[in-house]
Amino acid sequence: MGRYIVRRLLWVVVLVFAVVTITFLIFSVLPSGADPARLRAGRSPNPRLVEEIRHRYKLDQPVTAQYGLYISNLVTKLDFGHSFQNDTDVLDEIFKRLPATISLALGACVVWLFVGISVGIISAVRRRSILDRTAMGLSLVAISAPVFWLGLVALYLFADDIGKIPILPGAGSYTPLTDDPIKWFTGLILPWLVLAAAFAAIYARLVRGNLIETMSEDYIRTARAKGLSERKVILRHGLRSAITPVVSALGLDLGLLLAGNAILTETVFNIPGIGRMSYNAIVNSDLPTIEGVVLFGALFIVVLNLIVDIAYAFIDPRVRYS
Amino acid sequence: MTALLDVTDLHVSFDSEDGVVKAVDGVSFSVEAGRTLGIVGESGSGKSVTSLTVMGLTRGPSTKISGTAMLEGEDLIAASEDELRHIRGNDVAMIFQDPLSSLHPFYKVGTQLVEAIQTHQRVSRGAAYDRAGELLELVGIPDARHRLEHYPHEFSGGMRQRAMIAMALANDPKVLIADEPTTALDVTVQAQILELIARLQAELGMGVVIITHDLGVVAETADDIVVMYAGRIVEESSTDTLFDRPEHPYAWGLLESIPKLTGPREEELIPIPGRPPSLIHRPTGCAFHPRCPYVREAHKRTDPQLEKIADDPGHRVACLLPHQTRRELWAKLQAGEEPEQAREDVELRDADRPTQDAGLDAPRR
Repeated sequence: MGRYIVRRLLWVVVLVFAVVTITFLIFSVLPSGADPARLRAGRSPNPRLVEEIRHRYKLDQPVTAQYGLYISNLVTKLDFGHSFQNDTDVLDEIFKRLPATISLALGACVVWLFVGISVGIISAVRRRSILDRTAMGLSLVAISAPVFWLGLVALYLFADDIGKIPILPGAGSYTPLTDDPIKWFTGLILPWLVLAAAFAAIYARLVRGNLIETMSEDYIRTARAKGLSERKVILRHGLRSAITPVVSALGLDLGLLLAGNAILTETVFNIPGIGRMSYNAIVNSDLPTIEGVVLFGALFIVVLNLIVDIAYAFIDPRVRYS
Repeated sequence: MTALLDVTDLHVSFDSEDGVVKAVDGVSFSVEAGRTLGIVGESGSGKSVTSLTVMGLTRGPSTKISGTAMLEGEDLIAASEDELRHIRGNDVAMIFQDPLSSLHPFYKVGTQLVEAIQTHQRVSRGAAYDRAGELLELVGIPDARHRLEHYPHEFSGGMRQRAMIAMALANDPKVLIADEPTTALDVTVQAQILELIARLQAELGMGVVIITHDLGVVAETADDIVVMYAGRIVEESSTDTLFDRPEHPYAWGLLESIPKLTGPREEELIPIPGRPPSLIHRPTGCAFHPRCPYVREAHKRTDPQLEKIADDPGHRVACLLPHQTRRELWAKLQAGEEPEQAREDVELRDADRPTQDAGLDAPRR
C-alpha cells in the first residue's frame, strides 16, 4: 500500500508537469487575439509603454526561454510568477481565493450527499411508489435546470435584498469563515443549495440504481434469512455495497468543483473564488494566473482521485494495491 | 413422533409480465425432529420457492401465497413480518447454494456470525464473538478464532459453506433448510459438507430439509424424499423405497441420469429429454406428459393426483400409468433396456390384456 501511494504521488508530479507544459503550449501557439502587454497598458496606450511592459514581463523573449524561466522558478522557488494584469503574486492570489471555493464546494457536497443518499434509499426501497416517481421526476428537473437560472430564481425568491420572501442573504454576501462564522454560514446557504441541487439529483439516481441492484444479491437474502430487520438489511448490508460507486463519483465531482468548476455559482452569487479568478485570467490573457489555477485544479483532481482509490481499499476488503 | 414442520397444501404464485407464474401448486410435506427430508427436482420445479416461502422470503406485492406451514403450532404463512423475523435464523435457519455470493463480501466472517447471534440473543459482543469462534470450530474450521478475522474471499469454497452452516446454527435452530448446499462445491468437498450436516443433525437433533436437483446428494443423507415437478409433488416415499422401486417416470429419469458406482464404466447416463415446463402455461393433463416416454393419449387431458400405492405404505405417486405397468417398465429399465424399447414391450403385452387400461385411448405408435 505504501509503495503504491508513493508511485501514485510520483505520477502526480509527472502529470502536473505535463499539464503546465500543455497549458503553456496552448497559450503560445494559439492566436490568443489579445496581447497581454497591450491589455495591461490600458486604453490607447503609448507604444513605448507597451514595449516596456513587454520587456518587464519578458514577453519579448522567445517562448522557449519564457517556458524555461517559468519552470525553473516554479521548481526551485515554488514561484508561480506575477499576474500580468495587476502584478500580484499568483500563489498569494490563489490562496486568497481558495477558502471561498473550498467553502462553497464542501458545503454543497455535504448538502448533496445528505439529500442524494436519503432520497436514493427511499426511492429504492419504495420503488415504483408515488414517492419514488415524484422524487425521480424532480431529480430530472434538478439535473436539467442550469445553475445560472436556478441561482437567479433562488435570489429572486429568497434573497434579503431583492427576494419575494427575503429570508436569506443574497448575492455578494460572502464573508470569510475567519471573519464571522455565522455570516459565512448564512451567506452560503443559497449558493450551497443551488450548487448542490443537480448533484443531489444525480446522486439520488445513482444510489437508487445501485441499491436496487444490490438488494437482489444473494447476501441480502442471507441477511433476511438471519432474521435481521429490513432496516438493518437495507442500511448495513445493502447500502454498504451500493455506496461504493458514490465514493468514486464524489472524488471526481469534488475535484472538479475545487478546480474552479463552480464558476457559475460563484458568478451568480458574486463569490470571489477560483472559478471567477480563472475566468478573469483567461479574458485578460494573464498567463501566470492561468497556469496557477490550472496547476492547482489538476492537483485537486489527481489527489482526490488518489484518495478515492485508497478509500476503495478500506471500503472493499477484496481490493488490494501492489 | 409429531412433525416439527408441517407444510400443508402450499400454493405460491407470482404475477409476472407474461402472466401468473404458479411456482408451487399444492405441496404438502412434513419434517420430524432428527430426520432429514430431501426435496428433489429440476430447476423451476418449485423446490426453492417452497423453502423460501416457509422462511417468509417470497412475500411481496406480486406474490400470492396460501396454505399452512406449521412450526410447533405456529403458522409461518399467516405469521406477521415481525413474528417471522423472530423465527428466521432462530427456529428455522437456511443455507444457500453459492456460499461466496451468500456471504457479504465487505464484512469479516466473525462480524457476520456475531450479527447472526446478536440478532436473536441478548449477549455482549465479546460473548457473541466467543460463541462465533465455537461455531466455526463446531463446523470443523481449523484455527477458528483466527479465522473469524478473515473475509469470505479469503476462505475456500468448502470453508465458506462451513461458515454459512455455522451462521445458520448460531441460534440452535429446530429446522435447517439447505438449498442446494453442495451444488457450487467440488465433488470431494460436497461429501464433506453433507457429512457435516448429518453429523450436526445427529448432535443437535434438528429437522433438516435438503433441497437438490441431484438424487445422489440425498441418497446418503435423507430419510424421506419428495420429488417435485412443475410446482407439484409427483412422488414421495422413504429414501430406500424411492431408490428400490420408484414409481414415477420422472423419478426414473432422475435415477437414470446419476452415475452408479456399481455400474460398468462405459455405462451411459440417460438425460431426461426436453425442458422443464412453463409454470405460466402448464401443460394440460399430466404436466410431465410432453417429456414422458410412456405417455398415452388420455394423459394429455387427465391431471393425475398424488395417490397411495396399495401395497406400499408411505409411498405415494401422481402418475396415470397403471401400477402394474409401472412396475414392469421399471424392471425393464433396470435390466438395461432403453425407454423406447421398454415402452413397446409393455404396450404389446397391455394390448393383449384389456384390464386396467380399459376406457383409455389406444397407445400412440
